[in-house]
Amino acid sequence: MTSLEFHPKHQYVREERFPHVWCPGCGLGILLQSYIGAVEKSGIPQDNHVLVSGIGCTARIPGYVNMDTYHTTHGRAIPFATGIKLANPDLKVTVISGDGDLFNIGGNHFIHAARRNMDLLVICSNNFNYGMTGGQHGATTPPTSKSASTPYGNIEPAFNLPHLAYALGASYVARWTVMHPRQLVKSIKTAMEVKGFAFIEVLSPCPPNFAKFNGFADGFEEMEFYRSNSIVRNEAKLDDISIDPFHGKPVVLGDFVNRKRASYVTLERELIKKSMEGSR
Amino acid sequence: MTDVLPPGRYFTDGNFASTEGAILAGCRFFAGYPITPSSEILERMSKRLPEIGGHFIEMEDEIGSMAAIVGASNAGMKSMTATSGPGFSLMQENIGLGMITETPTIVLDEMRAGPSTGIPTRVGQGDVMQTRWGSHGDLAPITYSPNSVQESFDLTITAFNAAETYRQPVIIASDQVIGHLSETLEVKSEDEYEIVQRQTRKVRNGSEDVYNYSDDFVPMFVSGTGFRGNVDSLTHDEKGYPSNEAYVEKKMLEHLLNKVRKNEDKIVKYEEFYLDESDIVVVAYGITSRAAKYAVKIARKEGIKAGMFRPITLWPFPEKRITQLSQRTKTFIVPEINYGQYSHSVREVGQIETKEIHFTPGAVPDYKVILDQIRRSVS
Repeated sequence: MTSLEFHPKHQYVREERFPHVWCPGCGLGILLQSYIGAVEKSGIPQDNHVLVSGIGCTARIPGYVNMDTYHTTHGRAIPFATGIKLANPDLKVTVISGDGDLFNIGGNHFIHAARRNMDLLVICSNNFNYGMTGGQHGATTPPTSKSASTPYGNIEPAFNLPHLAYALGASYVARWTVMHPRQLVKSIKTAMEVKGFAFIEVLSPCPPNFAKFNGFADGFEEMEFYRSNSIVRNEAKLDDISIDPFHGKPVVLGDFVNRKRASYVTLERELIKKSMEGSR
Repeated sequence: MTDVLPPGRYFTDGNFASTEGAILAGCRFFAGYPITPSSEILERMSKRLPEIGGHFIEMEDEIGSMAAIVGASNAGMKSMTATSGPGFSLMQENIGLGMITETPTIVLDEMRAGPSTGIPTRVGQGDVMQTRWGSHGDLAPITYSPNSVQESFDLTITAFNAAETYRQPVIIASDQVIGHLSETLEVKSEDEYEIVQRQTRKVRNGSEDVYNYSDDFVPMFVSGTGFRGNVDSLTHDEKGYPSNEAYVEKKMLEHLLNKVRKNEDKIVKYEEFYLDESDIVVVAYGITSRAAKYAVKIARKEGIKAGMFRPITLWPFPEKRITQLSQRTKTFIVPEINYGQYSHSVREVGQIETKEIHFTPGAVPDYKVILDQIRRSVS
C-alpha cells in the first residue's frame, strides 16, 4: 500500500463509518477536520483525548472520530463530560455539540460548568437553528430571521455566546467560522492547553434550513455572507459582539479571552489532598 | 479513619447506612442535588469521598447529576446519586442512557409523598412503578427495596454488585422513614463482604466489538485506556455504531432485556413469614412491610392463617414465587403508601383475589388497618 491510499488524517477517523450523515454544503465536515487537526497538533496522545456530544447534527461528529467517543442525551454532554473528567483528570475531554443542544436544552449545564471553570473544552457549532429536526428557531436564531417555527420572523433576542461564556468565568473564549479553518485549528489547539473552561463558538451554515428560510441559495452562499460580513477583533468588547449581520452589523470573530483562573480540577485536587491528610 | 466504616454496632439512620454501604461497595464518585429526604446522603458523601480520594460534586440539577455519574462510570469509577421523587423524575432521561449504554451506576430514590413536590418531609411509596417504567422505552430494571437501616447498608452493596454484574443502572427504592429512622446497624469487617469488582477492557484486540449481544455480560471499556470505542444513546449495533434498522433494535433491545430476564433467579430476593398453610398472604415492601409483619403476627395469635411475603427486589418481579403462592392461598392483600401500584403486578401474576390497602402518603402505615383487612378477609 502506498501512502496515497490513505488520507493524511486517516488514523483519527473511523473510515468504516463514512459516508457521513451531513448535507451537501454543511460546515460540519470542516469542523470535524479542524478538531482532529488540533488533536494532531496538540501533542496530547490520541488515546488521552475523549470526545463527548449531546444530540443533533454536530453531535454526530464523535461517531466519526477514532478515539473514545460518547454520543449522549440531548443537552447533557457537559455534565456527562464532567463525570469523565473528574473520574480521570488526566484526560483531555472535549464537548462538541450544536447551539440548540448546548444553549437551549443544555443551557443550565453550560452556565454552571463555565462558572465552576470546569476543565473542559466546549466547541459549539452555531447554525442559528435546530438543523436535525428541520430548522426550528432557538436561542441563537438572530432577530427577524425566519425558521420553520418563526414563519413571520423571529421576535426573540439571540444569545451572544462569547459574552455569556466570558461573564460566567470561562478561562478561554473564541469565535470563528468554518470559513476560517486555519484560525479555528489554532484556536482549538490553544484551547486544549487551557486549564479550566474553554469555549469556542463556530459559525456554520445549514443549507436545507437556515439558508433556505433566509434567502441563501445554498450553504456556501450563507457562509460567504458571514465571511464577507465578518471582522477579526481579538480585543473586541464582548458585550458588543452579538451576531446580527442581517442588519448591517458585522460578525466579530477572534480569540477574545485567554486568562488564568483557578480551575475546578486544580481546586478539587487540593481539596482531596487536604482532606486525605486531615483524615489520617 | 480508614476507607470504610470500621466493623461494629452502630445506632444510626438509613441515610448514613446507605452512604457507608456505597463506600464499602467501592463507590468513589457521587454527583447529586440536594433534596429532602435524601440530602444527608449527599452531605455525608461530600465529607467522606474526598478523604478517601474519591470525587464528590454537587450538580446544578438531577439531570446533570445522573449524566455525571453515567459519565464517571464510563471513565471507570463506581458511581452513585441519591434523590427523591421530583429529582427521580428528572433522572429518568439519563437512567435510560445508562440502560442503553450498559453503564453500571446506582440511583437511590428515597420516596416521599407526591405527586409533584407533594410533602417533602413525609413518606410515600408512589415511585414504585416509576422505578419499573419511569424511563421511556422497554427496560428491564433492577430495583431493591430496603426495609431497615441494616438493609440500607447491605442492599446498597448488593445493588452495586448487581449494577456491575448486569452492567446497568440499579435503583434502590427506599423511603423517607427508612432514610431517617435510627436503629442498630451491624457492620462486619470489610473482607467478609462480597464485592463485585469492575471488569474492564483496555486496548482493543483487533476487530473486537464494544458489545456482544449474544453474551449476558461483556466487560466495558474505560475512557482513555486505548480502546477507541463509541458509546451511543442511539440504538446501536455491537460495534457501538448507531443504526436506524429494526433488526438492530431487536438484537440490542432483546439483549438489554434478556440479560436481566434470563438471570431473574439469581437477582430476585424476597423474605417470607408464616407462609405455612396461609390462606391470606400480605405482600408488602419497604416501611409498610414492618407494619404488615406486626399485623400478621397478631392475626396468627388470633388463629388466622395469615402470612407475609416481602419482595426485596421489587423488579424483576418475583413472578415464580408469587405464582407458587397463588396456587395455595386464597387472598393476597397488598398494602402500599399509594393508591394501588405494586398490587397491579401481584394481581396480574397471582390471578387470585387481591385486595389493595391504600395508605395515603404522608404518614407511617398503621398496622391496625392491615390487621382489619386480614380479619375481614377471613369472614
